Amino acid sequence: MTEIFGIPVAVILGQLMLGLVNGSFYALLSLGLAVIFGLMGVVNFAHGAFYALGAFAALLGLQRFGVNYWAALVLAPLMVGILGIVLERLFLRRLYKLDPLYGLLMTFGLALVVEGFLHQLFGASGQSYPVPDALAGALNLGFMILPIYRAWVIVVSVVVCFGTWFVIERTRLGATLRAAKENAPLLQAFGVNVPLLVAATYGGGVALAALAGVLSAPVVLVSSQMGDSLVIVVFAVVVIGGMGSILGSIVSGLVLGIVEGFTKVIYPEASNIVVFVIMALVLILRPAGLFGRE
Amino acid sequence: MKRTIGLAALAVMLACGTASAQQVDVKIGVLSDMSSLYSDVGGPGSVVAAKMAIADFAKANPNVKVTLVSGDHQNKPDIGSQMANQWFDVDKVDVIVDVPNSGVALAVSQVAAQKNKVFLVSGAAASDLTGPKCNANTVHWTYDTWMLANGTGRAIVKTGGDTWFFLTADYAFGAALERDTKAAVEKAGGKVLGAVRHPLNTNDFSSFLLQAQGSGAQVLGLANAGEDFSNSLKAANEFGITKKMKPAALLAFITNIHSLGLQTAQGLYLTTGFYWDLNADTRAFSKRYFEKMKKEPTMDQAGYYSATLTYLKAVKSAGTTDSDKVMAELKKTKINDMFTKGGYIRADGVMVHDMYVMQVKSPQESKYPWDYYKLLKQMKGEEAFGPITGACALAPK
Repeated sequence: MTEIFGIPVAVILGQLMLGLVNGSFYALLSLGLAVIFGLMGVVNFAHGAFYALGAFAALLGLQRFGVNYWAALVLAPLMVGILGIVLERLFLRRLYKLDPLYGLLMTFGLALVVEGFLHQLFGASGQSYPVPDALAGALNLGFMILPIYRAWVIVVSVVVCFGTWFVIERTRLGATLRAAKENAPLLQAFGVNVPLLVAATYGGGVALAALAGVLSAPVVLVSSQMGDSLVIVVFAVVVIGGMGSILGSIVSGLVLGIVEGFTKVIYPEASNIVVFVIMALVLILRPAGLFGRE
Repeated sequence: MKRTIGLAALAVMLACGTASAQQVDVKIGVLSDMSSLYSDVGGPGSVVAAKMAIADFAKANPNVKVTLVSGDHQNKPDIGSQMANQWFDVDKVDVIVDVPNSGVALAVSQVAAQKNKVFLVSGAAASDLTGPKCNANTVHWTYDTWMLANGTGRAIVKTGGDTWFFLTADYAFGAALERDTKAAVEKAGGKVLGAVRHPLNTNDFSSFLLQAQGSGAQVLGLANAGEDFSNSLKAANEFGITKKMKPAALLAFITNIHSLGLQTAQGLYLTTGFYWDLNADTRAFSKRYFEKMKKEPTMDQAGYYSATLTYLKAVKSAGTTDSDKVMAELKKTKINDMFTKGGYIRADGVMVHDMYVMQVKSPQESKYPWDYYKLLKQMKGEEAFGPITGACALAPK
């Protein structure tokens, strides 16, 4: 078998594929964070909690109301998005005039409350969400067996990520959103309802987290802490991509997923810190992030 | 006047009567993980099991007054030992039971030795508690890493699975489990082809699993626990690895199997100290427990019931809560309850009792709710826990 640096090509291709799958989750989650930070200036520490809420919404929908996966893919982000809008109107909007640190603390508190609530209701053990029938089974790619569901995750993530990028960077709606960040009073003077726009942005950002939650429900156990370890990695991804850069978060999400995958082969013990090592390097060499504007 | 003297005599007699029946007050502390990853294994269920043991004991012994306190150690050894100090010194707690998480248990064990109080571990796994770190105040009740390795490791080699690859959680517990299992596998004639160490709380196990598959080993040894165990098995199933490799759980509780579902967990080998559906006694206990908790008890919680009940009986026989006297009583007691028949506490603090090697049923084999395990082998206590080693200073030389 052909080898590169002593690693068989089949193994490299396999890890590349798995890295892309994990990178897809990172990209979706960091995209939401980047949207919220880029357009609102809020560091949303509650992102992991909204991710868990999305997964629980899908799980409960299936168990209690017979809502299938496909419907959950739309309904769960919608419900969590509405919850996000309500929370923004009730709490976050009061903090915009203050230091960004207050927003961070507020969302961190929200995360603790939501996770505590889920833990109280569902316990610590986690629950299984079945893979939908249409996506069950696996593809034999020659170098590896790829579960169809994982391939689906890549497709959804890429479509949603670039869709979001297109809306924000290339459409009139996106221009209005960006204008709200640059000069809200002026935009208000043009007759645009800026507070509503900001609330909708937050709702949209957390809906992306919830979508990632629904997508991951069939892959991992659904539990109150499922977002805990992930959200820290995702923050690092956003920092590497450049805080608030939409394209940066997407590209660095995918790339870091792949880098992490290779670390798992070369030196597995370091696989959960490699992202942070890269973050430290990026902060030293290019503090605004790879795609950030200085 | 005569009547007054008569009443006084009666009063004196009554007073003597109660004095000879010896009112004993016992205070039990449940120190567990109430809110985080081990709270389904121990946690509130442990408190329920303790209350059941106290209620059962109180029926026959109304003159022993038992109070119960409970606390959350949050999986932090400093919080655990601080709480133990407070309970022993200020709240006058006589015995601490449960304590899942080996790090916390080791810390609490030292406090118990310093204060000369009794510590009955049901939830923690590290065999160090009765090995190099043993002391005269600590009893390890339900299971330990050596026993788990020995039970599952040897059972699988006997069924023909003699080449192993480990997926190991990269911290003390995982390393101990891998080391002990490796020894057990090699002693039984098997071979370990390799291992991969994954960080605690890993999100995705697929990379590690492909490496395991690449090794060509027949058995996938999962030397991890909790969420890591569940997610690695789930991914192994998804990637079709369980079709080629036999998965072996080195520490799994019935709550793990319940969350995974039989479709994913079927065929898994594991060793447990308790299963609700073993016999009429375990079923009767579990039925009472189920009414309160709406789930079946884990081996940790069942062991906790047994430890509390046995402790209370020892206090009653000793007529005091004095730790030395109670420990002496405990170490000479034969333990017979719904958890074990003929169990006994060894010099190093291991409670020697039978263990069960189980295989998880397929969805077709499961006939009713929580019908999850089939019994492959009942291991006698001596076989399960092995001979006493010199690692503990209390072991007979």
